[in-house]
Amino acid sequence: MSTAETNKPATGIGAHLGSHLRENGMMLALIAIVLFFFIIVRAVQGVDFLSAQNITNLFLQNSYVIIMALGMLLVIVAGHIDLSVGSVAAFTGAVASMLLVRMDLPVLLVIPMVLVVGGLIGAAQGYWIAYWRIPSFIVTLAGMLVFRGLTLWLLGGQNIGPFERSFQALSTGFIPDLFGADKPNYTALILVAVAAAAIVWAGIRGRAREAEFGIAPEPSGFFWARNAVVVIALLFVGWKLASFRGLPNVLLIMSVLIVLYAFFTESTTTGRRIYALGGNEKAAKLSGIKTERLVFFTFVNMGVLASLAGMIVTARLNSATPKAGVGFELDVIAAVFIGGASMAGGSGRIIGVVVGALIMGVMNNGMSIMGIGIDYQQVIKGLVLLAAVIFDVYNKNKQG
Amino acid sequence: MTPILQMQDITKTFPGVRALSNVNLSVAEGEIHAICGENGAGKSTLMKVLSGVYPHGSYEGEILYDGKPARFRDIRDSEHAGIVIIHQELALVPLLSVAENLFLGNEVAKGGVINWPLAYQKTEALLKKVGLTEAPTTRVEKLGVGKQQLVEIAKALAKNVRLLILDEPTAALQENDSQKLLDLMLELKGQGVTQIIISHKLNEIRRVADRVTVIRDGSTVSTLDRSEITEDRIIRDMVGRDMAHRYPDRTPKIGEVLMEVKSWSVMHPEQPRQVIRDVSLNVRKGEIVGIAGLMGSGRTEFAMSLFGRSYGRDIKGEVTLAGAKPDLSTVSKAIDAGLAYVTEDRKALGLILDEPILRNISLANLEGVASGAVLSRGREQQVAEKYRKAMNIRTPTVFQRVVNLSGGNQQKVVLSKWLFTDPKVLILDEPTRGIDVGAKFEIYNIMNELAGQGHGVVMISSEMPELLGMCDRIYVMNEGRIAGELTQAEASQERIMALILQDGMKREAAA
Repeated sequence: MSTAETNKPATGIGAHLGSHLRENGMMLALIAIVLFFFIIVRAVQGVDFLSAQNITNLFLQNSYVIIMALGMLLVIVAGHIDLSVGSVAAFTGAVASMLLVRMDLPVLLVIPMVLVVGGLIGAAQGYWIAYWRIPSFIVTLAGMLVFRGLTLWLLGGQNIGPFERSFQALSTGFIPDLFGADKPNYTALILVAVAAAAIVWAGIRGRAREAEFGIAPEPSGFFWARNAVVVIALLFVGWKLASFRGLPNVLLIMSVLIVLYAFFTESTTTGRRIYALGGNEKAAKLSGIKTERLVFFTFVNMGVLASLAGMIVTARLNSATPKAGVGFELDVIAAVFIGGASMAGGSGRIIGVVVGALIMGVMNNGMSIMGIGIDYQQVIKGLVLLAAVIFDVYNKNKQG
Repeated sequence: MTPILQMQDITKTFPGVRALSNVNLSVAEGEIHAICGENGAGKSTLMKVLSGVYPHGSYEGEILYDGKPARFRDIRDSEHAGIVIIHQELALVPLLSVAENLFLGNEVAKGGVINWPLAYQKTEALLKKVGLTEAPTTRVEKLGVGKQQLVEIAKALAKNVRLLILDEPTAALQENDSQKLLDLMLELKGQGVTQIIISHKLNEIRRVADRVTVIRDGSTVSTLDRSEITEDRIIRDMVGRDMAHRYPDRTPKIGEVLMEVKSWSVMHPEQPRQVIRDVSLNVRKGEIVGIAGLMGSGRTEFAMSLFGRSYGRDIKGEVTLAGAKPDLSTVSKAIDAGLAYVTEDRKALGLILDEPILRNISLANLEGVASGAVLSRGREQQVAEKYRKAMNIRTPTVFQRVVNLSGGNQQKVVLSKWLFTDPKVLILDEPTRGIDVGAKFEIYNIMNELAGQGHGVVMISSEMPELLGMCDRIYVMNEGRIAGELTQAEASQERIMALILQDGMKREAAA
C-alpha cells in the first residue's frame, strides 16, 4: 500500500539533512576521523598528523585506491564486481617495467601503451561478462589468478627497476613552481585557490539553475556552511603542500579524474544509463539502452584505470614486484561500499567513493603513525566497513 | 450464521498516515466473504492486521475469533489458530519439490529427520483435494502459475486451515485456471472452510461470494448480501460515485493505415518451435486496435518480437510504419522509428523502482533532456512536471521514488516515459492489470486522448469487456496466429471465444 500520495513534500533544513544524511554524514565522519588522529597523534606521539609531509604522504599512498575506486563505482553501479584489479595493476606495472627497462622504450610511449594493455584486459574480461552473461564474480576471480600468475611469469620472480626519473615522476614527482620562488610554492597555491573558487562558482551556478527551473534548492545557510568547510579544508591542504614540496603530480591526475568521473556519472546520458542498467536491467533494455555494450564499457574503463594505478604504484616503489597490488581489490571495493554504493547496483556517487577511500586511507595512515599493529588495523577497518553499510541499510529501512 | 471472525473498530496508523480507521468486518462460519476496494483502500493492511504481520498492540480495536478475543503476535500465531493467508506473490520455493514446499517449516519429521514416505503419502492426498495429479517430487518451477496457486492452497490445507484468505488469487491466472480455482473455492466451502477473497474482478465475486464488504479510504463502506451484489453497486461503493460508464465515450476519427505488419513469424528463443506464425495486422491513425486471446496465445511474444526483437529468434516478416519500412532490429531503432511498447509487467520490465519519477520518465529519451551527451536536470524536471499534470500522477513531487506509488500511478509513469519518446504507434500490454477501477478509467481516458491526437494504439488485454469497451477493431489470436478480426460492431465475448475455439478445432483437424 502506498502512503506517498498523502505525504506532504518535505522542505526545510531538517528534511534536507535527512535526504542527504549519507553524504553529509560521511563528510563529517571524515573530518571527525582526521581531527581524532590530529589530537591523539599529537598527544601520544608528539607528532603533527597534519604536517605538510604527512598530507603529501596521504595522497601518495592513497591515490591508486581512489583512481581504481572511480572505475569500480561504475562496475558496481552496473551491478557487477571486479576482483581482478589488484592483479591487473601488478601485471600492467610489470609490463611497464619490461617496456621501460628491458626494451628501453621512451616513457611517453610506454604510458599510453600500458593504458591500452589495461583496456584490452578489461575488454577480455568484460566480453564474457557482458555478452556471455558469465557472472562477473567468477570471470574476475579467474582474472585475479590469471594476471597474478602472468605477473610472476613476466617478472620471473624478480623485481625489475629502477626507472628513469620521468617515469618515477608519475607518482613521486611534484608540479614545478613556475614562479621560481622556493617556498611557499605559488603555483600550488594558485591552483588550489582556483580549484576552490571553481567549486564555489559551480555550486552557485547550479543553485541559480535550479532556482530557474523551480527546483527546491538546498537551504542557503547549509549551502554556504558546506562550501566554507570544503574551501577551508582545500586551502589548508594547499597551504601545507605549498610550504613543503608543492602539489604532487598524482594529486593533480587524481583530481582531474575525480572531476571527470563525477561529471560523467551525474550529467551525461551514458552515465545515467549505467545507473538505469544497474537499477533494472530488463527495463533499461526495453527502454532502448544497449546494456551489454555498457557493461563491456565499464570493464574496459576499469582495466584502463587499473593499469594507470599499476603504473603509479610501480613508479612509487621504483620497481615492479611480483607481490605488488596484493589485496588492492579489497581496499578499492571497501572504499566504494563505505562510499554508499549498493551491492545490488544502481546507486552510489563519485564524491561518496572519494570520501570513502579517504576515510580508509586516513585510518591506515593514522593507525600506522600511532604504531597500531597490522592485526588491530585490519579488525578496525573491517568494522568500519560493516558499520558504514549497516548505517546505510538502517537509513534505507527507515525511509521505507 | 455464527460469525467465525469479527474485526471491530480496527484502526491502524503509520507515521503520518491513517491506513485504517474503525474498520468493521464480520465473517460467518463457512461462507466466502469478498473484500473489495481500490488499490490503497486498506484491504491488504486489514489482512496483515488479521494474520499478525502487524502484531497485537500495533493497532487499535478488537479481533474476535470464534467469539474469543484473538491477539496474534506473528503469522505463526495466526496459523496455529487456523488462519492462513495466500499472498498475491506466491511464496513457493521454485527449486524444491511440491512435497517439500507443502510442508516447509512444518515438516513431517521426528526429531528433525524427515519421514519421506509419509510426507509423499500426505502430499498425494492433499494434491488430490485441490485437483492436482502431479507427483509429489515434481519441482514447483515445472508447474504453471495456475497449478502453483493450487499448490499454495494445498499448503494451506496442510496446516488445517479454518479461515483461508486469498489475496487476488486470479490476478496472474488465465481464464480456465481462474475457473478451476473458483470451483475449488466453492468445493472447500462445501467442506466447511471459511474463505476471504480479495479481488478486483467483479464477475468472480459474483460467482463465489456470499457477502461482500467494500472498503474505501481505510473505512468500511458497506457489507452486501448475495442478492445485493451487482457490479454497479460495488463500483459505486468502491469509488464513492456513480460510474454510469465504465469506459469513457469517444468519437473515433480514424485515418489512413499507420502501421502494417505482414507475415510475421517468430521462433521460440530456445526451443525449435514456432511461436508466432504468419501474423498480419494493421493499425490506422486514431484507431484503438485490440488483440484478444488466451494467455499463451502469443500476444506478448508478438509485441516484443516486433519491438526491437526483444523476444525470439529467426524473426521474419515485413513492417511498414508511416509509409516507411523501418529497421526494427534493436529497441532503440524501434523507438526511433516511432514504436513504443508498454510492458505487461511494469515492475519487472517497465520501471526502475528505486529511482525517482523524473528519471523513469526520461529514461527512453535521454537525448530529449540533454544537449549532446550532457543532461539538463532542469529540463528533465520540466518534462516530468508536464507529464505529472497531463497524466494526473498523484505524488507530492516528481522526486518521489516510483516504488512508493500505487499501481495506477506507476502505470501513468510508464505511459509518460513512452509518450516522451513521441511514438506514432503505442502497444499497450495489459495496461490496466492490477489497477483499481478509478485509475483504470483514467488510463482509458489517456488512451482515447492518444488516439484522438492521431496515434495508433494497440491494446493487448485478457479482460474481454475492456477490449469490447475500448477498441475500434479486435484481432483474436490463438496459438501464435490470427484467428480472426472483428469490428467493434461485430465483437462480443461469445464471438471472440468462438473464434478461439474454432481455430483450435481447425488445427486439430489439420494435424
